[in-house]
Amino acid sequence: MTATSQSAGPVLVDTPRPDDVGPVYRPDRRSVNWWLTALVAVCALTVLIPLYFTVVTALKTPDQLGGTGFGLPTSARWENFAEAWTLTSFPRALLNTGLVTVGAVLLTLLTNSMVAYAIARNLHRRFFKGLYLYFIAALFVPFPIIMLPVVKQTAILGLDNQLGLILLYTVYGLSFNIFVYVAYIRSIPLELEEAALTDGATTWTVFWRIIFPLLGPMNATVGILTCLWAWNDFMLPLVILSDPSAQTLPLAQFIFQGQFNTNYSVAFASYLMAMAPLLIVYIFAQRWVISGVMRGSSK
Amino acid sequence: MSTDVSRPARPGTPPPALRQDRRVPRVFYLMVLPAVALFAVFHTLPLLTGMFFSLTNYAGYGEWSFVGLQNYANLFGDDRIYGAYGFTFLFAIVSTIAVNIIALAVAIALNGRIRFKTGFRGIFFIPNILSILIVGYVFNYLFSNSVPAIAEALGITSLTTSILASPDTAWIGVVILSVWQAAAFNIIIYLAGLQTIPTELYEAAALDGASPWKQFTSITFPMIGAFFTINMVLSLKNFLQVFDQIISLTAGGPGTSTESISVLIYRGGFQGGEYGYQTANAVIYLFVIIAISFIQLRILQRREASF
Repeated sequence: MTATSQSAGPVLVDTPRPDDVGPVYRPDRRSVNWWLTALVAVCALTVLIPLYFTVVTALKTPDQLGGTGFGLPTSARWENFAEAWTLTSFPRALLNTGLVTVGAVLLTLLTNSMVAYAIARNLHRRFFKGLYLYFIAALFVPFPIIMLPVVKQTAILGLDNQLGLILLYTVYGLSFNIFVYVAYIRSIPLELEEAALTDGATTWTVFWRIIFPLLGPMNATVGILTCLWAWNDFMLPLVILSDPSAQTLPLAQFIFQGQFNTNYSVAFASYLMAMAPLLIVYIFAQRWVISGVMRGSSK
Repeated sequence: MSTDVSRPARPGTPPPALRQDRRVPRVFYLMVLPAVALFAVFHTLPLLTGMFFSLTNYAGYGEWSFVGLQNYANLFGDDRIYGAYGFTFLFAIVSTIAVNIIALAVAIALNGRIRFKTGFRGIFFIPNILSILIVGYVFNYLFSNSVPAIAEALGITSLTTSILASPDTAWIGVVILSVWQAAAFNIIIYLAGLQTIPTELYEAAALDGASPWKQFTSITFPMIGAFFTINMVLSLKNFLQVFDQIISLTAGGPGTSTESISVLIYRGGFQGGEYGYQTANAVIYLFVIIAISFIQLRILQRREASF
């Protein structure tokens, strides 16, 4: 996560405010509706109960399993985590997932924004308009449709590894990211660029020094969505990776499940460890994450 | 996620600086060409190779020869294909409707006069940051062990066996998991939509004595029409590709009752020596998805425009 949401200054037409931490609710003159609050709290339990269940199951000894499984563990068995740590090669899977995610996010932000800029500023030309439609049309092609040939191709090119995953996330992200970036870039007035060009700056400089910093809020949105996708994706690692040492976290869970599917408490400890990193980041950055996702959806 | 999918930005007027010189700065081509080349190699080329191999009897290895449209003819007589399409559509339609009703209801509640708004919003988004596969393993255990145990304690005989164990009910488990996971994202999109509605409208409606239901049907729903469209189209498209949920929850079973099209392409193509045959399946599937997305957009946008 490198992108930071920064204020874009007064030049933009519809930029988020500098204190962009989610939408601002107008202070309500009327009273709080406690019945509704209680109802929402009950609904929120549907999200929290499976998480609670995962935590308590991960801490139990095998003989405490059974029943409804919602009871608290009588004595926490921390060895579950130690066993899961070695059985799933957790550190290696974590490193692979981290590497792929960071790589995909960085490469996506640097390349997709640039492609979108070139397209957005030349949409009146047939070539770029065609390119725009070409990328957008691909939104309608689900991955399973091209899955079989892609796997053959990546294997031939020697990309059946972490590097290949980074590349594929970046390339497949183009469709959607160009869509949101172009909409955003077109709301940035041209005067800035024209002034810079008149002063002798190259288009290249204009993009990296003026436009890219202005894209801060959109970079945050694209970065967050790419991060969630690359971190949690199961299908691409499943079909692309050939070497077991390249396994990502979800794939490691899948392999583990196939091998040791009876040892539930160790399995749950392993699930918990796989979910934890992103969950911890999210707890600290949730306002920022949600406002980023919202911004992407209201464009 | 812009709200007018079908109407890409109209060609702008060229900036004055560029209008005087008709040449596009070469650097713009340099900016797009590597990306276009990579996209063509990793997206368009596989699409075309897939179409090519769908006309062969290629198993994924070894020799192959042309068989013309034989694969396509075989698809139409294949019960397993019909089963996969049947399950996928039943699942996708039920999940799309359920997820949109639930997400809209939760978003309206979150937008209402409640306390701890930000906290609740944060909680409801959690499912979207977890891997569906891993959540699926957790739900698998819940459905197989906890729910029957609870039903036993409460004396509900119909639920004492796992819903995943029967071909008739296993799909419901997949729906529950998918809706639990997908609602998170849709709630956020609906919330973004609800915040575009000026509160003055509600105040005026309340003064005129409009009931909450009337306010919903006359103000809320029409005003978030575009968000409803985008959510319906994206949900259906995503649910039609269901894969992770099946792998972790039912592995396609019992039998092949919960085998989705994606799972079938994966299994037949990688493990069943049906490379050519499953690429033909993928080609048909592509046309189906495109047709459905377009029909949906047409219908929903006409509905939007009529307000």
